[in-house]
Amino acid sequence: MSQVVKKKFRCHPEPNECKGCGRCVNACPKKLLKLGSALNIMGVPYAEYVGDGCIGCGACFYTCPEPGAITVFEITGEE
Amino acid sequence: MSEVVKFGRPKGFFETFERRPGSIKKNMSYCPGCGHGVLHKLIAEAIADFGIQDKTTLISPVGCSVFAYFYFDCFGLQVPHGRSAAAATGLTRANPESIVIGYQGDGDLAAIGFNAFIQAANRGENYCVFFVNNAIYGMTGGQMAPTSLLGQKTTTSPYGRNALTEGYPLKVCEMVSQLEAPVYVERVALTSPANILKARKAVRKAIKISMEKKGFAFVEVLSGCPVNLKLKPADMDKFIEENMTKYFPLGVFKDVADEREPVKRATPVYDRAKVEETLYRAMPGGNEAHESLESPLFDRELRVKIGGFGGQGVLSLGLILAAMGKYRNLNVSWLPSYGPEMRGGTANCAVILNKGAIGSPIVDSNCDLLVVLNRPSLDKYLPELGENGVLMYDSSTIKDAPKVKPGQKAIAISAGDIAEEFGNLKCANAVMLGAIGAVLTKYYLTPADAAKFQETAEAAIAECFAGKDKIVAMNAEACKLGYTKMQNAQS
Ligand code: SF4
Ligand code: SF4
Repeated sequence: MSQVVKKKFRCHPEPNECKGCGRCVNACPKKLLKLGSALNIMGVPYAEYVGDGCIGCGACFYTCPEPGAITVFEITGEE
Repeated sequence: MSEVVKFGRPKGFFETFERRPGSIKKNMSYCPGCGHGVLHKLIAEAIADFGIQDKTTLISPVGCSVFAYFYFDCFGLQVPHGRSAAAATGLTRANPESIVIGYQGDGDLAAIGFNAFIQAANRGENYCVFFVNNAIYGMTGGQMAPTSLLGQKTTTSPYGRNALTEGYPLKVCEMVSQLEAPVYVERVALTSPANILKARKAVRKAIKISMEKKGFAFVEVLSGCPVNLKLKPADMDKFIEENMTKYFPLGVFKDVADEREPVKRATPVYDRAKVEETLYRAMPGGNEAHESLESPLFDRELRVKIGGFGGQGVLSLGLILAAMGKYRNLNVSWLPSYGPEMRGGTANCAVILNKGAIGSPIVDSNCDLLVVLNRPSLDKYLPELGENGVLMYDSSTIKDAPKVKPGQKAIAISAGDIAEEFGNLKCANAVMLGAIGAVLTKYYLTPADAAKFQETAEAAIAECFAGKDKIVAMNAEACKLGYTKMQNAQS
C-alpha cells in the first residue's frame, strides 16, 4: 500500500534577525517571500513568508547572510 | 503539526554572539546583503557537519571580518593586518593535528599580506584559505582594492581604475594555481542560489583537504559589498556575474587532491628540555654549571659601547664580549649598527651584560665602558659615557688624550700599532680585548674572576670564529699580548 507522499515545507523568516536586504526575495523560485512594510527592532522592513507551497529548496537559507534569520521546516506529520 | 528543521542556523556558530557589543546578539556585524554572512554560514555549517569544531582554528583578518571570532564556535585567532598566513604556518607546524582556516579579504590578502600569503601557498602549508574578493575596501569606506576592476570608481580611483596608474586587478587564483605546492584552487561567486551551492561545495572540499592534511587549499569567493558599491542586492549579484566574472572567471583552476599524499613535516617537539637542547648550545662545563661572577661590578647592569670603522672588528669585539658574558652565566645582548657599506663606513655595537633581565639592548647613555677605535667614534659617543664610566681608546689612531669628566677614566692602548707589530692589523680588536681584561683585573675583578678572564676570552673567540682554527689561535694570542701590554703600562 505504498503511496507517494509529497513532502511539505514551511519557511520562517525571523523578523528580528532579518536585515531586510531582500536577497531571499530574489532567490525564492516560488516567489514566496517578500519584504513587508512593518519595521523590526533594527528598524528595517523584514522578510515575510507569504502563502504556502514552499518546496524546501533552501535557496532562501543559503542566500541569506544572517545566521538565523531563515529557518526552513519540513512538515513531517499533521494532526 | 510536527516538523523538523531542514535548513536553519548552522551549529558552527555560537548560539548568541555574546562578544558583540550592544543589544543585538543574534546577528553578525555585517551590512545588509553582505557576502561575508553568506560565506560565514557555509563555513559554520561545514565545521559543524564534519564534527571538527574542537580542533579547528579560524584566523580572522583585519577588514570587515575582523570579528569573525565573535561568531564561530571553534578556536579563533585575530592577527595583524595581512599576517594570517604567517600565523597559520606557525599553528599548523606546531600542531599538525589542528585544522586551520584562513579567512582574508582583498586588502588583507592581496595587498598588505600578499607576500606572506603567496609564500605560504608556495610552501604548501597545510591549511585552507577563503579569500573574499569584493573588489573594494569595505571597512574603511570604499577605497580601491587590488582586485577593483578597470574603470571601477572608488574613493581613491575617482576617475575609474586605470591600468597605467593603478595596474590591473590582481588575479590571485591564476597566480596561486601556477605554483607547484597548492592542492586545490577554485573561484566561486556568492550570487545565485546555484552559485552559492557551488561555493558551498568548494568550502567543504577545501576544509576536507585540510582535514586530510593534503596541503594548501584556496577558494576565492567573489562576494557582494552592496553598501560600498552602492548597489541593490539584485544589482549586486548582476555586477558580480556580469562584470567581475569577466575578469575573474569562475571555476576550478587546480585540483590535484586525489593524487597528493598527506603532507608530513617534522614532528613538533613539546618537551621543554628538548627544546632547550635544540635552541641553546652546550656551555663549557654543561648548561647546569651555573657558577656566577663574584665581583661586585656585576651586581648591576653593565653597558658597553664599541665604535670604529667597519672592518676594524668593532662588531666582532662586541660579539666576543657578549659571548664571554654568556659563558659566565650572564644575560647578554648585542646590538650592531652599521651603515650600508660593509667596509670603511662607521660601525658600532652595544653590548649589555646583566645577571638579571635586560630591558632594552640599546646603549645611548650611561655607558659603563666605551671602546673607540677611531676619532669620529670618540667624538660621537663620548657624551654617552656615564658618570664613573671607563673610556678605552686606540692611541694609534687617536693621538691627543681625550678630556673626560672627573670620575671617568680615559685609558689609552695603541691597539693598532701593537697588532701591526704582532703581524696582523686585524687583531687590533683582540689586543683591545686583552687590554680591557687588564683594566678590569686592575680595578674591578676579584682575583677568582680575574683568573678566569683569559680562559673565558678564548672560549668566546673560539665560538665567534668557529671553524677557523688559525684565526682563533691568532686572536687568542693577540688578546694575551694586549693583556700583558696593558698590565705593563699600568704598573
Ligand atoms: S526553501 Fe525554497 S521555496 Fe521555500 S521559501 Fe525558501 S527559497 Fe522559497
Ligand atoms: S536574505 Fe535574510 S536578511 Fe535578507 S531579507 Fe531575506 S531574511 Fe532578511
